[in-house]
Amino acid sequence: MIVGEQKPLEEIRDMIKGCNKVLVLGCGTCVTVCFAGGEKEVGILASALRMAEQIDGHKLEVQEYTVQRQCEWEYIDPVAEQVSDVDAVISMACGIGVQGMAERYPDAIILPGLNTTFLGIPEEQGVWTERCQACGNCVLHLTGGICPIARCSKSLLNGPCGGSQRGKCEIDDEVDCGWQLIYDRLVRLDQLDKLTAVLPAKDWSTSRDGGPRKIVREDLKL
Amino acid sequence: MSEYKSGSNLEKVLTAGHFAATGELGPPQHADPAIISKKAQHLKGVVDAVNITDNQTAVVRMASIAVGKMLLDLGIEPTIQMTCRDRNRIAIQADLLGASALGMKNLLCLSGDHQHFGNHPTSKNVFDLDSMQLLDMVRRMRDDHQFLCGDEMKPGTEPHFFIGAAANPFADPFEFRPYRLAKKIAAGADFIQTQIVFNVPKFREYVEKCGELGLLDKVYLMAGVSPIRTYGAARYMANNVPGMDVPQEYVDRMRDAVKGIPDPKKAEDPEAKKDARRRQREAWDEEGIKICVEVIQQVREIPGVRGVHIMAIEWESAVPEITKRAGLLPRPQV
Repeated sequence: MIVGEQKPLEEIRDMIKGCNKVLVLGCGTCVTVCFAGGEKEVGILASALRMAEQIDGHKLEVQEYTVQRQCEWEYIDPVAEQVSDVDAVISMACGIGVQGMAERYPDAIILPGLNTTFLGIPEEQGVWTERCQACGNCVLHLTGGICPIARCSKSLLNGPCGGSQRGKCEIDDEVDCGWQLIYDRLVRLDQLDKLTAVLPAKDWSTSRDGGPRKIVREDLKL
Repeated sequence: MSEYKSGSNLEKVLTAGHFAATGELGPPQHADPAIISKKAQHLKGVVDAVNITDNQTAVVRMASIAVGKMLLDLGIEPTIQMTCRDRNRIAIQADLLGASALGMKNLLCLSGDHQHFGNHPTSKNVFDLDSMQLLDMVRRMRDDHQFLCGDEMKPGTEPHFFIGAAANPFADPFEFRPYRLAKKIAAGADFIQTQIVFNVPKFREYVEKCGELGLLDKVYLMAGVSPIRTYGAARYMANNVPGMDVPQEYVDRMRDAVKGIPDPKKAEDPEAKKDARRRQREAWDEEGIKICVEVIQQVREIPGVRGVHIMAIEWESAVPEITKRAGLLPRPQV
């Protein structure tokens, strides 16, 4: 899932300076599951904004609403009226949702309420960790199902580097060495032979480096 | 072409079967060249080549290739270092063409310390390539006169480097390290400079395993060594540096080296403080160099170890004494 984290309240307040009426718009999918931008968080942020502005002697009207997904037109088209009624929309979606809204409502001020942090997994209650960097050229079949691009701090394809110790990465004792995980998994699967060949220089053109990426499926087009 | 890959002094020394010795010089965090010649004078004539680090520990320093040129002008052979952290394949290849054109012949290929450690922790790292892919690219430039993309250089115009790689025998997973060395050799490494060795038995175990894999005839393996500066440094390296293995024995020896010398921090009289500090410094210098020489003598006995890489970072002046006491002088003329 896409994992997000709410921006600090002060940063959000700074963005809406001069506004009298805002809409806090939640997203019911990924960021709801990671407790960052769903209906509940919309309510909490709206209350916090009201209180903070009131303490500062500023009257701010805050509307609340949550759609199923901000990354699909069919879910954001119906909020046209709410959007036109406010000075700004604080989108609690990931960066995709914020941009979806901005694209659909070109005359509205759409502000990000979250930082989109990564594509990850809820490792345990309250803990999310990154798993994929969407590089566009998956190598998980070569690395025991553990991604070296996302899990190695240097994204090495031929690790582990010399900074791997006791299973941890040199940058932080709390960070697992991605290549130790790969090694252990390949030992377990009896596939260590996969680590004997040098993986060649990666084609990063499928990654962010190639510019905004696009998929066109003629078979699905209407 | 000659029978040599690069014709560097280091390559000739190793090829002739001599036990090689290399040094290291860390460029300054400023643009004043004066310090380079000052540091270099300690290394001239006592080692076969001098590594110039590439923004080591991710701290901005004078460029390795620029300092390499200064060393050439001083009559010292440089081994330039190139990391994958700060440059993509375009920049690396361009810099290497330039380095070769300026007369540099030894190149150490590294991944590079993560920027997290340095003075620009908020920077974006590159890692377009890793060290293995860098080795492969440099070898192809030299042997196939091709850029990574496949474009060709006119034969005779390609860069000729004696290609080095690093290896850390003490990092985990320990049992995989010899296999990773095999990959570096397959990718293009001609010589290896290891992480600093203090735990000689563990290093011997690693070298023996490399021997079993038939690697020691395919590459010139040089053991990294370093003089410890203080008791605090020994403790720090033992406990806080990932991938370093410092046996307690050496930590204790650095502690005991200053036994009987009053603690300078506790001395009240400025003269007494100064005197205690000087005595402490001398005692640590002596013990640090002594341990370093012992390690050199021990690793030299391990079959397949073809030289030592002496990393006396910010203590270049120790290298003449270390090489002298270790019986490494005079350096062979090849």
